[in-house]
Amino acid sequence: MNELLLVVTIAGERVALPAAAVESVVELDTLIPVPRAAAHVAGLSALRSRVLTVIDCKRSLELGQSDCTNGIREAAVVEFDGHHYALIVDLVEDVVEALSDAAPVRAAMGAGWERVAQGMVDTETGPLLLVDVAGLIAGSVEAKAA
Amino acid sequence: MDDLIADFVAECREMLEALGGEIVAWEAEPDDRARLDSIFRFVHTVKGNCGFFEFPRLEALSHAAEDALADVRAGRRHPDGQLVSAVLAVIDRIAEMIAAIEAGEEMPAGDDSALIDALAPGAEGVAAPLTAAAVEGQARASSAPRTIRLSVELLDRVMSTVSDMVLARNELARRLRESPTDVPVDGAFERLSAIIADMRDAITRTRMQRIENLFVGLPRMVRDLSAELGKQVLVDIEGGDVELDREMIEMIRDPLTHIIRNAVDHGIEKPAERLKAGKREIGILSVSARQSGNQILIDIHDDGRGIDGKKLVEKAISAGIIEKADAAQLAPREQLALIFEPGLSTAKEVTSISGRGVGMDVVRSNIERIGGIVEVDSRLGEGTRMTLRVPLTLTIIPALTVSIDGQHFAIPRSAIEEIVRANGESVLLEHLGGAGVATIRGRRVPEASLAEILGIESDVDEQDRTLIVLRPAGGDLYALSVDRIHDHEELVVKPAAPAVMATGLYAGTTLADDGSPILLFDPAGLAQVGGIKLEMQERSARIAEGPAAAVSKSTAVLLFRSLDGSRRALRLAVVDRIEEVPVSAVKEAAGQLRVQVGQAILPLAGAAGAELGDGKIRLFRLNDGAHEMGYAFAEVIDFATIDKDVIHADRPGEISGVSLVNGEPAELVDPHWLFANHVGATARPVEPLLCRLPTEDPWMQNMLRPIVEAAGYRVVGDEHEGDADLVIAAAGKKVDAANAIYLRTEPEPKNKKDESIYRYDRAGLLMALKSAGAGGGK
Repeated sequence: MNELLLVVTIAGERVALPAAAVESVVELDTLIPVPRAAAHVAGLSALRSRVLTVIDCKRSLELGQSDCTNGIREAAVVEFDGHHYALIVDLVEDVVEALSDAAPVRAAMGAGWERVAQGMVDTETGPLLLVDVAGLIAGSVEAKAA
Repeated sequence: MDDLIADFVAECREMLEALGGEIVAWEAEPDDRARLDSIFRFVHTVKGNCGFFEFPRLEALSHAAEDALADVRAGRRHPDGQLVSAVLAVIDRIAEMIAAIEAGEEMPAGDDSALIDALAPGAEGVAAPLTAAAVEGQARASSAPRTIRLSVELLDRVMSTVSDMVLARNELARRLRESPTDVPVDGAFERLSAIIADMRDAITRTRMQRIENLFVGLPRMVRDLSAELGKQVLVDIEGGDVELDREMIEMIRDPLTHIIRNAVDHGIEKPAERLKAGKREIGILSVSARQSGNQILIDIHDDGRGIDGKKLVEKAISAGIIEKADAAQLAPREQLALIFEPGLSTAKEVTSISGRGVGMDVVRSNIERIGGIVEVDSRLGEGTRMTLRVPLTLTIIPALTVSIDGQHFAIPRSAIEEIVRANGESVLLEHLGGAGVATIRGRRVPEASLAEILGIESDVDEQDRTLIVLRPAGGDLYALSVDRIHDHEELVVKPAAPAVMATGLYAGTTLADDGSPILLFDPAGLAQVGGIKLEMQERSARIAEGPAAAVSKSTAVLLFRSLDGSRRALRLAVVDRIEEVPVSAVKEAAGQLRVQVGQAILPLAGAAGAELGDGKIRLFRLNDGAHEMGYAFAEVIDFATIDKDVIHADRPGEISGVSLVNGEPAELVDPHWLFANHVGATARPVEPLLCRLPTEDPWMQNMLRPIVEAAGYRVVGDEHEGDADLVIAAAGKKVDAANAIYLRTEPEPKNKKDESIYRYDRAGLLMALKSAGAGGGK
C-alpha cells in the first residue's frame, strides 16, 4: 500500500514508475549513439564512471521519438539485470505514495502501453498507469528486429 | 615455492570450510550425488596438488579416498555408513596435515594405513583418533600472514571510487582553468592529480595479473610429471603477457593444471611408442593464451595419441551415461565431448598423476562457473587440443581508438595485424561487384567499410581512409576502412547491455579518459555484419597443422618464372626489390654477366644462356646483408609459402631442391650458392692485404698484378714504406719480408732447395697467394 511511485511524463502521459527501482534522476548531457542497435536504444552515457545505456521511452512505446538533439534530457536511472539504464522521459514530476495495489486496466490501451503496463494505481493526484521498467528496456519486438 | 604452498593451503582451507556442511549432509544422505561430487572434487584437488608439492602422506590419503569415491560415482559401490565414516576420517586427517603445513611445521609423524584400509570395501572399524602432534599443530596460532585475501567486490568498489575521483578531478581542472588562480593552488592541484593517477594505476593493477603467473609453474610441473612417467615432453608456452582478472586466473588455475596433467599422462606416449608411430621421441605440449574479442582463449595442445571417440562412446554406453540408440547419432565432436561427463574414463589403468581421466567434469564445471567454455578437439594418433574460453569482463585490454564521422570506437589491439593508408604506395583498393578488395603488398584481403557496417555517412573520401587489417579469432584476415585512427589506449572493458550486445558488433563498453563512453568492437562480429566471409578453418585442419607448425615454420617465398621458363621460388627475405633495366645494361664483363643498376654494377645470375632480346629485363635485387647481386626472371607468379617437404638436389648448384608450392612443383633457388659463386670471388676482406711488387718489372705490373689483386691484395710498389703482407720478387733476388714469393722464368726448378714458382704456374701461384694471405692475414 505504501509503495512509492515516481511520477513521470512519457509522450505527454503521466505514468508511474516504481520508485524503488529508480536509483536517481539525472540530466543527461552527452549521448554517444550506438550504431545498429535497436531503435529505442538512444545511445550511451556515463554517470560517475558507470556506462549507462540510454533508453528512449517514447520510442520503446512506439509513440514517436524523443528529441535528443538540444542537449539536456531528464532521465531516470535504473538497474536491471546487472546493467544500468537511463530512461529518457519528458518530465520527472514528483514522488507520490500509492494508495492502492495495481489493478488491471480493462479498457483498450495503445499497443506500446499494453506491453509495459502493470496496472492502474490510485494516488492522491488520481489514478496512474504503473509502468514496468523491464518492458521499457526490452522495447518492442519490431524495434528489436530493426 | 613457498608462495605456491601458501596458495595451496589457503585453497584447501577455503574448500574445507565450504565442505564442512556438505560432509554432514552427505553423512545423512549418502546417495546425494551433488554432495558426493563436491567431496570428490576436494580430494581430487588435494591429490593433484600434493603430488606436485611432495607431500606423500597427503597424496596417499587423498588418492585412496578418491579411489573409493570414484567407485561410488561409477556405481560400483554403495556408500554405506562405514565408507562415509572412513572418508570423513580421511578428510579430518587432511585438515590436520594442512594445518601443520600452514604452521610451517614438519609433517606430523604417523601412519595413515589404518585410515586407508578402512576405505576398502568390507573393512571394519574406523580410523584411529588424531595424533597428538597434529592436535598441537592445529591449536597453535598460525604465524602472521604476509598476504591478505580481499573480496573482489571490495576491489571493485575501490576501483569505481577511484574512477569517480578521476572524473571529479577533471571537473575541478576545468573550473580551475576557467577562473584565475594563483600558483600555489595550481601546484597543489597538480600534486593531487599525480597522486590520483598513481592510485588509479595501483588499483587497476590489483585486479589484473599477467597470465604468466599461471604459466610460470607449468614447465616444472611437466618436467616432474614426465620424469615420473618416463616420457619426454617439451613445453612451449606463448602469450604470457595476456592480462587477466586476478579472480579469473585463480579460477583457471586448477582446470589448467588438470588438463596439462591429463595431456602428459594420457595424451603423450612413451618415447618408444612415439618412435613406432613415426613421431619424434619428444612430445610437444604447447600452452598459449591470447585474447580474442571479448574472450581469453587458452589453448593446450599435445601431439600425443589423441582421444578415441568410439571408445568414449562405448564407455559412455556401458556406464549408462547415454543410450545406445542416441550414441549412434553422435557427431565426432559430440563423441569427444563425452569426456566431460562425470565418471567416464578412457585410461586403461589408474595412475597417481591424473586418476582415471575423470576430473574433466570438474574442469568443465569450474570453467562454466565463471562463464567460460571448454572445448575439446582431437585426432586419433595425432593429438588433442583443449581450448578454454573465458570471458574478458573487467579485463584491461590495449585498444586502438578510431573514429568515423566524429564518433569514437575502440578495436582490440590483439586482433590488429597492421595499419595502412588506403592511398599508400603498396595498397590498392578496388571494387568488384560492389565488394571491396584491398591488395596490400600483393596480398588480397576482403575490405569492409566501417561507415557502411554502422550505417553512418562518412565525409572522408574512400581513398583517404585508413585500412586496419584485422585477424578475428579463428578467421581470416580482412581490412576495415575507418576515417581516422587516434590513439592506443588501455581500456577497462565492461560488458554492455543486452540491447547493445544484440547487434553482434560490440564486445563491450569502456570509458575514455574524459569520462565519455566508448564502444569496443568485436572484430569477428564486424566481419559478419559487414558480410565478409571468413573462411573458418576446418577444425581437423587445425589439428593436423598444429604439430607440423611446432616443428618447422613455413617459409615465405616468391614464386616466379625464370627466363628459361621454369617455375622457381626464391626466399622472400633475400629479395630486396625488383628492378627493371634495359637489356643493354647487361654485359659480359670480367668473367661473368654483370648488370648496371643505377650507379652500381652487380653480378647477374639467372640470365646465362638465355635470349635477352633487346627490350627491357626484370631482375630481383638480392641482398645478403653485405653484397648485392641481380637475378633475372621473366615474371612473378605469386607470393607463397613452402610448407611441404623439400626434395634436395643431389649436388650443390643454383637449384637447391624441388618442392610443391601452391600445388605445383617449383625449383628452389639456393641464394647461398648464388652469392658464393657470383659474389664470393670478388668479396674482399675489410682491410685488404698489402702486396709489394717491383715497380720496374713490366711483367709483374702488367701480367701478375691483376691476379694478385683478384686474390684480394692491394698492390703497392717498391717505393711503399712500411711492411707489406706479402712481397713478390723474381727468383734470385733477396727481399726482407716474412712472406715472400719468388717467381722464376723457367718451368723447372734449378735445384731441390729452390722454392720459387714458375711464373705461368697459375695454380701454384694462386695457392701461394692464398696461403700467404691466410698466414699473413690480420
